[in-house]
Amino acid sequence: MTRTLSGRRILHGFVVYALLLALAGVTMLPFLWMALTSLHPPNTQPPLFLEPVDPPAGAPVPTLFAPERWHPENYTYVLLFPELPVWRFALNSVVVTLGVVLFQLTLCSLAAYGFARLRFPGRDGLFTVFLMTMMVPASVMIVPLFLLVKTLGWLDTYAGLIIPYPYLSTAFGTFLLRQFFVTLPRSLDDAARIDGCSDWGIFWYITLPSARPALATLAAFAFIWTWTDFYWPLLATSSADMRTLEVGLSVFRDAYGTNKWPLQMTAAMIVLIPVLVFFLVMQRYFTRSDVQSGLKG
Amino acid sequence: MRNDRRPQRWTGYLFVAPATLYLAVFSLLPMIIAGWLSLHRWHLLKPEHPFVGLQNYVNILNDPFFRHALYNTFLFVVFSVPLGVISSLLVAALLARPLRGVGLFRTILYIPAVSSQVAISMVWIWILLPEIGLINQTLHGLNTLLDAVSLGSWSLPTDTAFLNHPVSAMGALVAIFIWIGLGPRMILFVAGIQQIPTTLYEAADLDGCSAWHRFRYITLPMLAPTMLFVVVTTTIAAFQIFTPVYMMTKGGPRRSTDVVLYHIFTEAWQKLEFGMASAMTYILFTMIALVALVQFTVIRPQAIEEAP
Repeated sequence: MTRTLSGRRILHGFVVYALLLALAGVTMLPFLWMALTSLHPPNTQPPLFLEPVDPPAGAPVPTLFAPERWHPENYTYVLLFPELPVWRFALNSVVVTLGVVLFQLTLCSLAAYGFARLRFPGRDGLFTVFLMTMMVPASVMIVPLFLLVKTLGWLDTYAGLIIPYPYLSTAFGTFLLRQFFVTLPRSLDDAARIDGCSDWGIFWYITLPSARPALATLAAFAFIWTWTDFYWPLLATSSADMRTLEVGLSVFRDAYGTNKWPLQMTAAMIVLIPVLVFFLVMQRYFTRSDVQSGLKG
Repeated sequence: MRNDRRPQRWTGYLFVAPATLYLAVFSLLPMIIAGWLSLHRWHLLKPEHPFVGLQNYVNILNDPFFRHALYNTFLFVVFSVPLGVISSLLVAALLARPLRGVGLFRTILYIPAVSSQVAISMVWIWILLPEIGLINQTLHGLNTLLDAVSLGSWSLPTDTAFLNHPVSAMGALVAIFIWIGLGPRMILFVAGIQQIPTTLYEAADLDGCSAWHRFRYITLPMLAPTMLFVVVTTTIAAFQIFTPVYMMTKGGPRRSTDVVLYHIFTEAWQKLEFGMASAMTYILFTMIALVALVQFTVIRPQAIEEAP
């Protein structure tokens, strides 16, 4: 009896792992295909099953996993491509992403402290207004936002890329941090206040250091959303020198000629690698379900 | 709790002022601007912007192209939301248990969500190409295999240009949308499943319930709040699909993937008709706000912890 039960359990575990492995395979396949393609000769189609049209007599037929040789120099070629300032794109992405993260963390943590730890007339009403602005997805309001930024003279500037950043909702960030600030114990605040500490002092020396996990979560999401955003930098920039990597990549397609898939995939990998490294370092803030349940509220 | 009411502090205004000001300028003001623009014939390069009342809205609702864009958006939502939610729920049911290596699987499934959508779109274009794309090459390989076992007459087509047919182009966008969002939705469901008291499952085990019955009669009903949240956020995300459309189909073939947000983009940045684009913006905004209202009224009140 017990033997059949454990036999069933082993079978069950086997089925679950087989399903999970298949899923992981399907999820990763496009990325592996991208990486493999990027290492093939720049002017060819990587062969999988197709026979070459004109097989050279006697030469071994190159296949996907065994090209005549690997071509890592595709990466230096794309990075140093004379017609596109790829390094400048990368610099812009770094500046804009760090700018958005710092700016939004500052705004959101200040507001979250006010809403969570202080009392003032109209506080809860104002917080409700904050929540209601979360119902307006910024990408929808991009037409008027564009005109506003144009009127401010911020098109094609870092200010225009960082400040009116439509993809990171300040209201959402405030909400996320407030939910965390509310749970912090009040005794430290009170002790500090009795010792003559100001609200600013409590915010800076007590609340912020205790809220590191929440701040890191918000920073991690802000980083990814900003780095991978496409729509706003596409519209807010017009000169090549202000493009971010994400927008720059979208013009690689035309710049290289659409048939040079190894180079296209190299360019895609160059945009993808930094964000993947960041994600793997910070992944617990994305996939820990307790953090996510905080997000959900 | 209520007896330690601290005095009202005016410094609270100083703390919330920057974010309030910011939201007023960059969130509420654009809404007002859009409303105002939508009542004018506003071409970006023309000096006159005459007031036209609701004429833009009338024109849009009578415009077959915009109606088609609305239809495309609904089609996209109707397929991508149920498929996306159900698939991630099933995956969560697999991953919400203390299996060895479960964290690694959660991380892997999350990767598409944090990846550059431009890069993702490029690799999918490449995968979906006729003849040389990964899918068609695989079909070609299968044909070779069929030949080998002398079933050659069954050969599969290897020249399908998936992005050149209305149905498969829309299908590809739906598949990519589901693939991108699987990880985050799965994590939300895992969080929901882990909050279900284990005593319920123990009781079910005592009663000899099957795995399916446990899922159907415990997991599913207990997940209702999470489910609502995931459905609402997925629907809102589906209404805003843009980057894959821009990169992969440009709204084609024959406008079959011309969704509303992409249509607004072309109206504003190709035709420069900002007035019309703003009116379309308001129509899309209204649709999203109706969905979001569900979230706001049903979910939020119970989720917001009271600040003392």
